[in-house]
Amino acid sequence: MNHRSLDVSGLPSYKFSHASLMWWGLMGLIAIEGMAFALSVAMYFYLWSQAQQWPIAAAPPDLRWGTLNALVLLASIYPNHWTKRVAEDGNEPAMRIGLLVCSLFGAALIAVRALEFTTLNCRWDTNAYGSIVWLILGLHTTHLVTDVYDTIVLAALFFAPGRAKAAATSTSRRTRCTGTSSSGAGCRSTP
Amino acid sequence: MLSLTTTAFLSFGLWVHHMFATHIPDLGKSFFTAASMMIAIPTALQIFCWITTMWKGRLDLRTPMLFVLAFFFILVLGGLTGIMVASVPLDLQLHDTYFVVAHLHYVLLGGAVFPLFGAWYYWFPKITGRMMGERLGRWQFWLFFIGFNVAFYPMHHLGLQGMPRRVYTYPVEMGWGALNFLSTAGALMIAASVLVFIVNALRSHRGGMLAGENPWGAGTLEWATASPPPAYNFERPPVVRARDPLWEPIDQPPAEPTQVTGLAERAREALVTTVLDAMPSHRLVFPHPTVWPFISAVTITVMFIGSIFTPWAVVWGGVPVAIAVTLWFWPKREEKLESLALEKRP
Repeated sequence: MNHRSLDVSGLPSYKFSHASLMWWGLMGLIAIEGMAFALSVAMYFYLWSQAQQWPIAAAPPDLRWGTLNALVLLASIYPNHWTKRVAEDGNEPAMRIGLLVCSLFGAALIAVRALEFTTLNCRWDTNAYGSIVWLILGLHTTHLVTDVYDTIVLAALFFAPGRAKAAATSTSRRTRCTGTSSSGAGCRSTP
Repeated sequence: MLSLTTTAFLSFGLWVHHMFATHIPDLGKSFFTAASMMIAIPTALQIFCWITTMWKGRLDLRTPMLFVLAFFFILVLGGLTGIMVASVPLDLQLHDTYFVVAHLHYVLLGGAVFPLFGAWYYWFPKITGRMMGERLGRWQFWLFFIGFNVAFYPMHHLGLQGMPRRVYTYPVEMGWGALNFLSTAGALMIAASVLVFIVNALRSHRGGMLAGENPWGAGTLEWATASPPPAYNFERPPVVRARDPLWEPIDQPPAEPTQVTGLAERAREALVTTVLDAMPSHRLVFPHPTVWPFISAVTITVMFIGSIFTPWAVVWGGVPVAIAVTLWFWPKREEKLESLALEKRP
């Protein structure tokens, strides 16, 4: 059969936003995890609606550390967004600094969260109120810890030695490849 | 698609209709009755879509299509009795009777088993390279269709007469004997039908007619490659311009490309297209096979099983999980070089 070909070797090897498969995966993750949070919050209000008094046999949590953490969380939007922007511009040195700052923010959040746990004024195993408070805060702390760990691993990757060498090797390979027009990876193939 | 999604969404809010005969608040009963009946709207829309699709198409009445037609017919009957039992007063009468047994078999066999048989006949040639025998196929279909209705239709009447489900015997004077005997005869026909199916599948696998690429004249891509397909499906990805690419006019202008080239041949590179228009967007390199997902799964299992015995398992069990997923994520030198060689900024 006589085939005419559509050569896609000139297309980029990645894209951002909804063109990227990763973006869709992340949206799915957010939908699932968001649902878990929505269900826990609904549980909190359900238990509240069934209880004679609320909080049950406990003083409400102290507001100091929780409020501070909410403020730090809000403030962390800025470095995160800035890092995203410079990363999409391909500005690697700036992105490394961004990853460091985001990691520091994350560490601060976890530290304040640890203090927050000491002022909840309830235990998880005394009654329904204690359980749901610890559940919600535990759920969020799990997300916090995994996300901060992710960020630190990513930062470590971008500071790892040997990156520059790898990039240099790949450039020479690419040149060689285009020169001979063989069927190697990344080369234009003609039918 | 929208009606399917709506049906799925409504399904989250109607499961209490299995518990109408238990102590639940009236408000709950009203809500779940409404949700159960509302299912009729997207389902009807879906059924009308099927009908118009058949109306506009040219039907090929071989065995797969027979099973699909029967699937529509039987599922609609199951849906109609579904509307009946969605109503609380009627459900209280019919609860735990053979009427429910009839209803659920019309829904489940109509909705799942008939299309499953149809799909088997339809894709068997693609999987094995040989056609299922058409004559035995028709025998199987008619035995199954008639046997199914003979076995399950009488149960509606038995249920209305008050015969409870989950009983293995009943007094003769109840007068349910004749219809139950009919049901048994139908069940035997179904058994015979399945036997015919097994014989047909075994015989066709060994000596069935060779199928070729597209024995049904179908329009979708799996029929554009050999039967059975090679492990790589297509030597080069085909260019698709319509919903049914194989039904496009063959005498297309000579300038139009028919296949995609330029993807790496030594890396797992795939073409990513835009979401709605399926225009080429970018190339994506997929990772090599690795054992780390499996090891991560094992560490997560250990963590959760440990957490049954002590909450501290979440803490110390989390360490191997973190190590495993990190090593999974950590770039391998070979793959990194490969990706960098293929990298091109947007």
